[in-house]
Amino acid sequence: MKPFTYERPADVTEALAMAAAVPGARFLAGGTNLVDLMKLQIEQPTHLVDVSRLPLGQIEETAEGGLRLGATTSNSQVAADAKVRARYPALAQAILSGASGQLRNKATTAGNLLQRTRCAYFYDTTKPCNKRQPGAGCAAIGGIYANTAIFGASQACIATHPSDMAVAMSALDAQVEIAGPGGRARAIALEDLHRLPGETPHIETTLEPGEMITAVVLPPPPPGGQIYRKARERASYAFAIGSVAVAGGKVALGAVAHKPWRARVAEQALAGGAGPAEAMAAELASAQPDGHNDFKLKLMARLGAACLTTTGAGSDQ
Amino acid sequence: MSSVKDWAAPTPISENRSGLIGKGVDRYEGRLKVTGTAPFAYEVEAPSPPAYGVLIASPIAKGVVSSADISAAQAAPGVRLVWTPHNVPAQGERGAKINPRSQRGSNPALAAKIEHFGQHVGFVVADTLENAKAAAALVRFDYAAEPADLIFEDNLDAADQPEGEEDVRIGDFEAAFAGAPVRLDETYVSPLQNHAQMEPCATTAWWDGDNVTVHTSIQMVKGGQHTLAETLMIPSTQVRLLTRYIGGGFGGKGQSYDDLTLAALAARELGQPVKVAYTRQQMFQATIHRPAVHMRVRLGAQPDGRLDAFALEAVTHCRREAPFTEHAANFARSLYAAPNRLTGHRLVKLDIPAAGAMRAPGEASGMLSLECAMDELAEQLGLDPIALRLRNEPETDPETGKPFSTRQLVRCMTEGAQRFGWDRRNPKPGQVRDGRWLVGLGMAAAIRGNFLLPAKAGVRIDADGTITLRQGMTDIGTGTYTILAQITAETLGVPLAQVKVELGDSDFPPAPGSGGQFGAATAGSAAFAAGMNLRKALAELAIGDPNSPLYGDDPELVTFGGGNIAVDNRAEPLDQLVARAAPDGVYVEGSITPAADARDYSQHTYGAHFAEVGVDPDTGEVRLRRMFGVFAAGRILNAKTAMSQITGGMIWGVGTALHEYNEVDPRYGSFIAQDLAGYHVPAHADIVNLSAMFLDEVDDKANPMGIKGVGELGIAGAGAAIANAVYNACGARIRNYPLTPEKVLAALP
Repeated sequence: MKPFTYERPADVTEALAMAAAVPGARFLAGGTNLVDLMKLQIEQPTHLVDVSRLPLGQIEETAEGGLRLGATTSNSQVAADAKVRARYPALAQAILSGASGQLRNKATTAGNLLQRTRCAYFYDTTKPCNKRQPGAGCAAIGGIYANTAIFGASQACIATHPSDMAVAMSALDAQVEIAGPGGRARAIALEDLHRLPGETPHIETTLEPGEMITAVVLPPPPPGGQIYRKARERASYAFAIGSVAVAGGKVALGAVAHKPWRARVAEQALAGGAGPAEAMAAELASAQPDGHNDFKLKLMARLGAACLTTTGAGSDQ
Repeated sequence: MSSVKDWAAPTPISENRSGLIGKGVDRYEGRLKVTGTAPFAYEVEAPSPPAYGVLIASPIAKGVVSSADISAAQAAPGVRLVWTPHNVPAQGERGAKINPRSQRGSNPALAAKIEHFGQHVGFVVADTLENAKAAAALVRFDYAAEPADLIFEDNLDAADQPEGEEDVRIGDFEAAFAGAPVRLDETYVSPLQNHAQMEPCATTAWWDGDNVTVHTSIQMVKGGQHTLAETLMIPSTQVRLLTRYIGGGFGGKGQSYDDLTLAALAARELGQPVKVAYTRQQMFQATIHRPAVHMRVRLGAQPDGRLDAFALEAVTHCRREAPFTEHAANFARSLYAAPNRLTGHRLVKLDIPAAGAMRAPGEASGMLSLECAMDELAEQLGLDPIALRLRNEPETDPETGKPFSTRQLVRCMTEGAQRFGWDRRNPKPGQVRDGRWLVGLGMAAAIRGNFLLPAKAGVRIDADGTITLRQGMTDIGTGTYTILAQITAETLGVPLAQVKVELGDSDFPPAPGSGGQFGAATAGSAAFAAGMNLRKALAELAIGDPNSPLYGDDPELVTFGGGNIAVDNRAEPLDQLVARAAPDGVYVEGSITPAADARDYSQHTYGAHFAEVGVDPDTGEVRLRRMFGVFAAGRILNAKTAMSQITGGMIWGVGTALHEYNEVDPRYGSFIAQDLAGYHVPAHADIVNLSAMFLDEVDDKANPMGIKGVGELGIAGAGAAIANAVYNACGARIRNYPLTPEKVLAALP
């Protein structure tokens, strides 16, 4: 770990000012990903602004009938919240399918969204990676790591976003509230938070420098069933090799792209009367597996269709 | 030399008067470990403030370090020394005193010639770990890379007979197989696995004049001591090696690594204690691993299931310069009857890290093949898998004809079948559902050899009655401290609280260490012998002491119990006797050597695994629903630690079947999984209902206590039971382990 300085702000305004004052500063919340990456010197912040004690740890009702999850609410807190469990069961299921109890106690809502890929070549600092060192190349392309993207990958990066929580939030049409330097505040759709890799896979979100997430807002739950299912190589404490969130007629897929993959094509097909299998086939028609990850086509087709059937989305079967 | 006949007589262990033998007493060192106060090698306090070493790994698989620029690193803050192949101190040739094959893997440290990715090429010592890491990043190496052979599957054609080995042939396999009415010919592949111990390799070293003291994490005390002495070119008497607590070994710490070599060399150079630990990534890339094995099984049977012809041919891999054979076919030489037999091994040499021993080397991989093949053959024959095995149960060792010392395989299978509910298995696959899950049952047999090696132990009693057992033995988390305390207390008839056990010190009487599930029998038998010698010494002391109530008694009549020494109703407490008659205490040693006729018997431990799995047809995920094993492994010393050993082995078998593997990147020669997030072993949620039982057994041909090893038996065959259950659940026969969702999904219709 490289030496760094550390500060603890009292409020959001102070946090933003502290981060703006030091080039190379990073916000630290639960630290469950950032600190690991610092130990491997993949992340080398010069300055940490510890936002974990900011007053952003509340789950509140919104005027619209949804919920606002403060940025520093812990994953455990959100998953256990009675309102979340009753109205957003897919979100609770997604969070509980991730990490371990200890990690969920520390990990926060905003931190979960901003966690970085678990691509094996991103973690192996002896290999080229355009995320770690822009322009270095991508060892995952032509490599043997199979948990890579089948949607939206580029010649620069085929990594996936590892979050379970974000996939459910995508299907729930969540909004992300953002505070920036100078008192700027804005809100974007969660779907617009993460970027596809393109030529700049090291730029993973649409957050501007110095901005921080302050909350995730869930709109009122859509009519219809919800589910989150995750396929993985062991029963717990493993990242998804494929996951599906369904909320009403909204569908998002996990572990298939550089961001939670909102399955708009499948949604349109469902809206047009397609059955679950047909809708998934329509979505997967544009997938581009690379030879190592071809299994994800069959996996997502089956898992997606099963989730749609379970929730009653889609007309056939 | 002793004979196994000497071991049948009653002993304090077989009499077990205070009932300590077999009792599930808590771990001797458990409190220290759960409170974080057991000092592991890296945490041992040095006599003066230490410096910290960091290892630098090669990013190429084969070639030579052509140059190294250390100037920037040397100038970095806090740096004490920077070594590369060009300035590392001279190291002596190793292997004269220890198994050269197992030690060649790390000889010498920082060699210029690179034989695998991750081999250490640089070493930096600084005042803090962070400064050492920062400086290590500043060393610049140039390499002359050479083409490397990295992928096992691509080099199967290059497989050769291991040096000094021949195939074992009985009868005429080819003719019998060709003529058999029912035949099976399938190839099974077991995965490459890493030990991934929780505690990395680590050493704290310091010098006092010409003598070096090292605390390190190693399974074999004497092997480590002699290796280091050879490396440093000093007598072994000048090396004191301690390894008191070990956070997992599994065979991977049967040898020493660069942490030991370089900590000792640097501490000498600097005149200051030095600590060195491997990183998690270095544990994967720069230690040994269990190699992958391709196993071709051919079975030729009569319609009634009787085997005429049996062959198991295993191809495995090792590092080019470090021959090691995973003997995946050996177990089968004693398992099933068949008059015509062929077993053998072939070896592919690769430019990847060294292959080596991992828990149940041979069986753990090998049984994944034959125990599935038997399941497949049973289906071909329309027989129950247990019935097929019963039909081929041998009277004597099927290869040598030697009598079995004990063999309760049949009872393990039949008892297990009854308790597990095997009769509920539908022999037709894919017939049972529970919600979306396809449910299936599978079973497999287990066999693992039993061994006894020479060992010594010392035991003393002090004037306060404390009895201290000392042995150059290790406890790698298996329970050695605990069972040695039980043996000593029972032998001398004292409460457990009166016994201290001190292990892991090269100054103590030597034992071979932990490995091959020989530890309890070997170290325990020596401790028992020492205890018996102490009984003799104390009896003589009492009988010769006019102040003892036993004065002048017949030594043959002396008994020990309740902390007393006694003849009939004349007794006195041991502490009273020692305080009066030998106030400086009494110290004796004892030893065990294998009986001259021990190898006249075919000697193994046995078991049977039963598993129920669910297969998710949407995802190909397999989840264990329940698992049960029945085992016969001699007298059980501690019900709790033995159960932990046996179920721990079963759990590893579950992991082998479903989760655990590594792969080599064909471009770099590196392993793809390098940490415990990417290298999957079973999590708690994978093991929801798993249990085992031991059959009553005493093997009086094994050692004076009639015990056998339990450390490796549990993994043998466990994975095959899972694979057979997966087949029964969904009809997908997958012969390439582990059965990941990707493979299962591909095999599902």
